[in-house]
Amino acid sequence: MRFAYDTSYRDGHALLRYLPGRLAYSLLMVALLIAPWVMPKYVVGELSYVFIMCIVSLGLMVLVGYTGQVSLGHSAFIAIGAYTHTWLLAHGVPLVPSMLLAAAFTGLIGLIIGLPAIRVSGLYLAMVTLAFAILTEHVIGRWKSVTGGFNGVSVNSPQLFGLDLSKLQSFYYLCLVVLVLVLLGLLNLMRAKTGRAFMGVRDSEAAAYGLGIWVAGYKVLAFVVSASITGLGGALLAHHVGFLTPEGFGLILSLELVLMVTIGGLGSLRGAILGAILISMLPTFISRIKPLLPDHIAKQFGLEIFVFGLVLALFVLFEPKGLNGRWIKFKTFLETFPLYRQDMFKRGKSYMKSERYK
Amino acid sequence: MNPDLAQLLQLTLNGVAIGAIYALVALGLVLTYKATEVLNFAHGDVLMASSFVGWGLIVGLGWPFWLATLTTVLLAAAFSWLLDARIMRLIVGQPQFAGVMLTIAIAFMLRGLVSMSFGPDSRTYPTPWTGQKTQIGTLVVNDLSLAIVGMALLITLVLFWFLKKTALGTSIQAASQNQLAAYLSGIRVKRVTSMVWAISGAIAAVCGLLLAPIALVDIGLWIVVLKALAALVLGGFGSVPGAILGGLLLGVIEQFSGVYLPDGFKDAMAYIVLIGVLILWPRGLLGEAHGRRV
Repeated sequence: MRFAYDTSYRDGHALLRYLPGRLAYSLLMVALLIAPWVMPKYVVGELSYVFIMCIVSLGLMVLVGYTGQVSLGHSAFIAIGAYTHTWLLAHGVPLVPSMLLAAAFTGLIGLIIGLPAIRVSGLYLAMVTLAFAILTEHVIGRWKSVTGGFNGVSVNSPQLFGLDLSKLQSFYYLCLVVLVLVLLGLLNLMRAKTGRAFMGVRDSEAAAYGLGIWVAGYKVLAFVVSASITGLGGALLAHHVGFLTPEGFGLILSLELVLMVTIGGLGSLRGAILGAILISMLPTFISRIKPLLPDHIAKQFGLEIFVFGLVLALFVLFEPKGLNGRWIKFKTFLETFPLYRQDMFKRGKSYMKSERYK
Repeated sequence: MNPDLAQLLQLTLNGVAIGAIYALVALGLVLTYKATEVLNFAHGDVLMASSFVGWGLIVGLGWPFWLATLTTVLLAAAFSWLLDARIMRLIVGQPQFAGVMLTIAIAFMLRGLVSMSFGPDSRTYPTPWTGQKTQIGTLVVNDLSLAIVGMALLITLVLFWFLKKTALGTSIQAASQNQLAAYLSGIRVKRVTSMVWAISGAIAAVCGLLLAPIALVDIGLWIVVLKALAALVLGGFGSVPGAILGGLLLGVIEQFSGVYLPDGFKDAMAYIVLIGVLILWPRGLLGEAHGRRV
């Protein structure tokens, strides 16, 4: 057990309040900084991809985990971010303004998609976003003059102040910096008035309304924030992929993103990151264990999607709080040892809000 | 006959044939939605899996068409029954999102299993109606389309008769409206709910077997569930007659937009309809007005 002995007001505001946490995160940061120099090349490339997925997953977490609006269409925002960034780069805009503009434009599209969220909610919103993702894929395929259609379009290599960032190591640092900035920004946003309002809207719209929160405005704002972060991730993804085709931004990507936030644990930024790491590493892991499996299973394409489904099903059934919930249980076990009880995190009864007439 | 009118009629007829499939898929979705308030995203994959099983029985094992159909439908019904009784029941009472995620997970697993056991190639199988055409006036119709419309009509009529006129059907309706009251009146709610899932699975299997000869037996068949969602929304979410009306209308709309609108609209039309109806007119054609409860 730990008791707070704050000696100034600022102590209470610190993101990391205690020494062990500060040490652990500094060690992690140092490890991440020296990783590109000691790791093999393909691991560095893989890690950059994991960072990008973490950014996107954080973006979706703001919407699904904190505001309670289910979006099954975030692949569309990734695509819009990636294509806008590519188009701007091709027209001579420098890297950083281009990334920011791509994020801003994606946010604008998020605003337009967020407007229906005022009228429809829950399942209906999920369907609207799903349809939006499919439509975006169609539009990208048809709008040849800007997107190159189904033939695809190649992405210019990233240049910053004359430095070429397309090398694996420098691109790794670019992704890391963006991820840390996004994470710090969201950590602060979520404990500020805006974040509290998001959570209020998620837990009870009526109560939030009663407390004077502009529910419709915050719902749309959540869409804008989420979309622009996702667009930023999309801009980085464009560089990682190097060549954009509409097929890369299909429905499966959307579902993978939702998988990340669900498996990570809804309503926590740590969950978004853990989920993104697990899901983006899973294909690599599966291709590693494939040689161990019988030949006729290993040869087929379906193994990956089957494992995805299995992992998701197990989490929904047995650990609805996700990886983050598991982590909190483990931490409590260590902190309260040997006083941990089995029922400490027993789920209270929660009932679904029915839409039926009673 | 006027050639324009003839084309109009021909398009409507084709649209109704496709729409009948959408309507049946939507019907299966709305049944489970009304019974358990779970939108079954795995419905399309049950459909896809049964078309593969049907192919395996007809082409692989050389069974006659009707025997294979019957077996597949029974298998799909048994699968859906077990799905509800053993898996979906574990998350009763959790938020709607959990149901969506769990059915998506099951959909992924089904898709993976089918892909692992059958391989990714497209294939087709013969039906008693393949390649035959019937002349109605100046219109030429594939017998397969006629069979689809006939089968859809038959299933709908039998289902309506079952729900309205039999004791079991009435208890299904009762359990869908208010589970507690139904339970207190002596209805075995759990068993009835599983039965609804089984019926829905059986309908999905029929759709899969009918759709496969037109569209090829392929992993991508599950996508029809998205079209069915659009049909449901158009007809009014949660209304059984609405699902059928919406499905038929959507089929016709798709056919017409393929001819009268620029290239590419045909595939996207269902989603445009979905978004448009939900934003402008969330009740749909026959939907009940939803009062949101606090």
